[in-house]
Amino acid sequence: MKDDRPQRPWSGRKPPAGIFQDRRWSGSLTAFCVACAAGGALAQGFAGLGTDAEGFALPAPNPEFDYPADHGPHPDFRIEWWYVTANLEDANGRPYGVQWTLFRSALSPGPSRAGWAAAQAWMGHAALTTPERHFVAERLARGGIGQAGVEVAPFKAWIDEWRVAGPRLRDVTMEAAGPDFAFALSLETDRPFVPQGEAGYSVKSQAGQASYYYSQPFYDVAGTLTLPEGEVAVTGQAWLDREWSSQPLARTQTGWDWFSLHLDGGAKLMAFRLRDEAGADYTSATWIAPDGGPQPFPDGAVTATPLAEAEVAGRAIPVRWRLELPARDLDVTVAAINEDAWNDTAFPYWEGPVTVEGGHEGIGYLEMTGYE
Amino acid sequence: MLTAGLQALLSHWWRHPFQLVTLLIGLATATALWSGVQAINAEARASYDRAASALGQTPRPRITAPDGVPLEQEHFVALRRAGWLVTPLIEGRLSTEAGSVRLVGIDPFTLPPADLPDALEGDTALDLSFLTPPGQLITSPATAERLEGADLPPRLALDGIAPGLAYADIGIAQDLMDMDGRLTALLVLDDQPLGRPPLEEVAPGLVLRPPAQGGDISRLTDSFHLNLTAFGLLSFAVGLFIVRGAIGLAFEQRRPVFRTLRALGLSTRVLLGLLLAELLVFALVAGTLGIALGWLIASLLLPDVAATLRGLYGASVEGALTLRPAWWLSGVGIAVLGTLIAATASLWQVARLPLLAPAQPRAWAMASERTMRRQAVVALALIVFAVGVGLYGAGLVGGFVMLGALLVGAALLLPLLLHVALRLGARTARTPLADWFWADTRQQVPGLSLALMALLLALAANIGVGTMVSSFRLTFTGWLDQRLASELYVSSDDEAQAAALQEWLAPRTDAVLPIWRASGEIAGAPAEIYGVADHPTYRDNWPILAALPDVWDLVARGDGILVNEQLARREDLSPGDTMALPGWETRVAGIYSDYGNPSAQVLVGLETFDTRFPEAERLDFGLRLPQGEADALARALVEEFGLPAENIVDQASLKAFSLQVFERTFTVTGALNVLTLTVAGFAILTSLMTLARMRLPQVAPVWALGLTRARLARLELLRALLLAALTAVAALPVGLLLAWVLLAVINVEAFGWRLPMHVFPADWALLGALALLAAGLAALWPARRIATIPPSELLKVFANER
Repeated sequence: MKDDRPQRPWSGRKPPAGIFQDRRWSGSLTAFCVACAAGGALAQGFAGLGTDAEGFALPAPNPEFDYPADHGPHPDFRIEWWYVTANLEDANGRPYGVQWTLFRSALSPGPSRAGWAAAQAWMGHAALTTPERHFVAERLARGGIGQAGVEVAPFKAWIDEWRVAGPRLRDVTMEAAGPDFAFALSLETDRPFVPQGEAGYSVKSQAGQASYYYSQPFYDVAGTLTLPEGEVAVTGQAWLDREWSSQPLARTQTGWDWFSLHLDGGAKLMAFRLRDEAGADYTSATWIAPDGGPQPFPDGAVTATPLAEAEVAGRAIPVRWRLELPARDLDVTVAAINEDAWNDTAFPYWEGPVTVEGGHEGIGYLEMTGYE
Repeated sequence: MLTAGLQALLSHWWRHPFQLVTLLIGLATATALWSGVQAINAEARASYDRAASALGQTPRPRITAPDGVPLEQEHFVALRRAGWLVTPLIEGRLSTEAGSVRLVGIDPFTLPPADLPDALEGDTALDLSFLTPPGQLITSPATAERLEGADLPPRLALDGIAPGLAYADIGIAQDLMDMDGRLTALLVLDDQPLGRPPLEEVAPGLVLRPPAQGGDISRLTDSFHLNLTAFGLLSFAVGLFIVRGAIGLAFEQRRPVFRTLRALGLSTRVLLGLLLAELLVFALVAGTLGIALGWLIASLLLPDVAATLRGLYGASVEGALTLRPAWWLSGVGIAVLGTLIAATASLWQVARLPLLAPAQPRAWAMASERTMRRQAVVALALIVFAVGVGLYGAGLVGGFVMLGALLVGAALLLPLLLHVALRLGARTARTPLADWFWADTRQQVPGLSLALMALLLALAANIGVGTMVSSFRLTFTGWLDQRLASELYVSSDDEAQAAALQEWLAPRTDAVLPIWRASGEIAGAPAEIYGVADHPTYRDNWPILAALPDVWDLVARGDGILVNEQLARREDLSPGDTMALPGWETRVAGIYSDYGNPSAQVLVGLETFDTRFPEAERLDFGLRLPQGEADALARALVEEFGLPAENIVDQASLKAFSLQVFERTFTVTGALNVLTLTVAGFAILTSLMTLARMRLPQVAPVWALGLTRARLARLELLRALLLAALTAVAALPVGLLLAWVLLAVINVEAFGWRLPMHVFPADWALLGALALLAAGLAALWPARRIATIPPSELLKVFANER
């Protein structure tokens, strides 16, 4: 399956000028444009890049992932991300959510140049959510000069002082800070990485857009959050997504709703719905057994239905969902812990921790893009 | 009734079209001079704003290397990775065969969008072709045109980019500036994250500087614009004298009409309303005309102003004017305001006009001696005030306030002075005719006083500014001779070439004087630091203003440094004082004059320079040669040594260039001067013409006693010349005082240097002759009217006498 979420932020947003309206779904374009927009005037200028994936590599079915090499960047592909979400709680059981994301976007195909001319854009998002407040920060950098990048052994993904680093990707510390928040967490697991979709080939539309996608949903987490009122010791679970592609979405897909859920008993569920303005939504899901064995479900197997909306940043955002996966006898209500988990970044989107109730209990993360 | 009243009032202008023309021309000229200067100022300021906003509306703190040398790019990465949100910056001058531009290298990824100039924000400009080789230079269309054909990355012209500025990606800028792996500075952004280590832990050796206070350029050029504004105001004031004259006359002549209208039942309020409406219409018409004229003046002067600002301050101003609505409105506003000011007294009189007062026209503005004395008291108060400001006031504004008070005071004092002078003159009278001439002249002073005051102001301004410019020129040329003592100046492209060049030159010249240069910061402002050799060239020639004994020995030993006058004045330094330079402390051994340079400059001995600034480039040399060998050596340098011709500058062309910058600096002042004098001449003409009509009752009896009309006319002419001559004499001390204030107060504040004052009596004589010529020309027509007036007209005076 494909993990749409990184894309959604940009894909859902209508750019200020119509320039890349046509091709706004070309995946690399979107990530790239995020970088551009945040960088100021870049957005429209780079939009032209998104017209096609020509010159970039495209995902093919039946990949064989090579760890740890595949934890590193794939510069032949236009767009790529390292995406961590964590559901945490303090000693009193008070819930928190943390997001740490690094996007890479190639500005042009071909061999990467050295120094400032590297034509690789990097973007970081970090967020911390409490039941009452939501903090977010954004960073931009270009590759080639050492300001941002990913190295495999020992593992290190960084942009500025934000980093996820450790001897192996299964044993890392994760740090980020904004003007009014910070977190330093250690993430550890002994369980395997889990390929999403068909053995890591995640299809995104009827037309066959796809990406390479694997996850590590089993991290145990401990560490410290820094909030305006002081430091908080927390523990919990984290979920890493790795995904790369060059043109992962169809152009009529306008946004998505993506769920990553930690269920009681140790099973995990990944599910998404890609909203299509020209036809039926495209859905996908993976049931991950506690031992890490994935069970992918094709389009239509999972149903996500909004139950209630909240007004967030002037938009109507569904913050309560009914999620059904009859094949696993699952019918739950997913609700936001903090309805205002709005990432007011260059391309804004909703991303925050959720609770799961009804039949299966649990916690998780929800990302929603494309709500205008 | 209203219509009839209006018709009655307006009919006056039908019968006196010349008065109408005078009024309109006076008002239009005043508005034109004022709004022309405003247009120039507005254009220049807009250019500075665009240049200042090269990066960011809000100035940001900067991280730099302490001695002004570039810093390593590694520091940028290290700081970012330690949590310091900084963005890299390259600033420099990019010289091409098509002229130079200021290059600003930016990193669009880390620079906040709001820091970009509006033209770039949210635009499509910063795309892949901007970021990756060969890159792009983003400039204004005019600059792009200027760079046509230059060997530079492709240009992208955008409206709204400051002139003379080129934006490039940071990597491209490094290539262009030969600064691979190095940066000029890092800008510190807002909203820094939590948990950031101190700067010295991350990047030891770098310094964090607070944001610069105010735009450098606008601070430097403020004085220049204040200068222009003051001249604009002066011209406006002179113009208002004409307007006041015309309005006063028109009101005076219409007194019977006013009385009649009032007697017919028109209320004072309506009458005043009608008069105000009439004036308003005139003000609008003349204001519009004036704005058009002002536009013309501004577009004629702007190229020179732009050249001045570029030469003097390095500020780029576009040579084309933009039409700004605010400017239009202010032009019309000032015309209306000026009209109202000029008409206040007349309107006041109309408001208080007794209904039954005789309708006989009083001699216009026949001020009594008491009025004159009152004026004199005000004048003396103003002059005392001016002296007080001069003694205790400070700053540029203080200087101009002092000038203004001085000029107005002198102008107000003029009628009394003339009166006294004429009284003294009367004592020399031996014949009844001479007696009558002096008395009649004195009688005319009140009527002519406004015009004569205008003449006084114009003459004083001319003398003052002329003295300043000439003093400056004399000092400046002498200073250039001292300062540019080497016959040839050469620069090499790199250190290897510099060494080869030195070796090659040694046997061919009397001396090769290294001129090492570094930029740094002294007392919080950018400064140039030069390393100079211990050589007679400096000992014999350098323009020292004040120094310790054996100053050059001190400098050579590293026991002291030389500072330029600007720096010494700004920091209040005298020889012997200690002062801090980046990284070390030393003492001031001497102060030298450094005209035409807006920034601080310091000279240190070569050895000291080598120790303190090991990073600085060592590429430039001054060459001493026997007389007349400069051309041959310059040729040999190109042909035999292979130095590019643009690396060689000979003394003569350097001097010519400097003088050219200097001359252009004062073109504008000169032009405004001429305009002011013209306006004053016009004021005299109109006053005389109006007086001529009213003087018939005074001339007629003299004619009746047997004086011919021709003789009377000659006396008229003589009278005008006499008054002009007296005014010119009065203007001389005022002008010299003005020059002194300009040289000793305004220049020091505006430019940071004080100039010795030289006097030029020949210039005064010429100016006096010009004043007489203007007055004579102005009196010619009225005199001719008297010479040719039909005797019947003169007789009517007796017939109609009431």
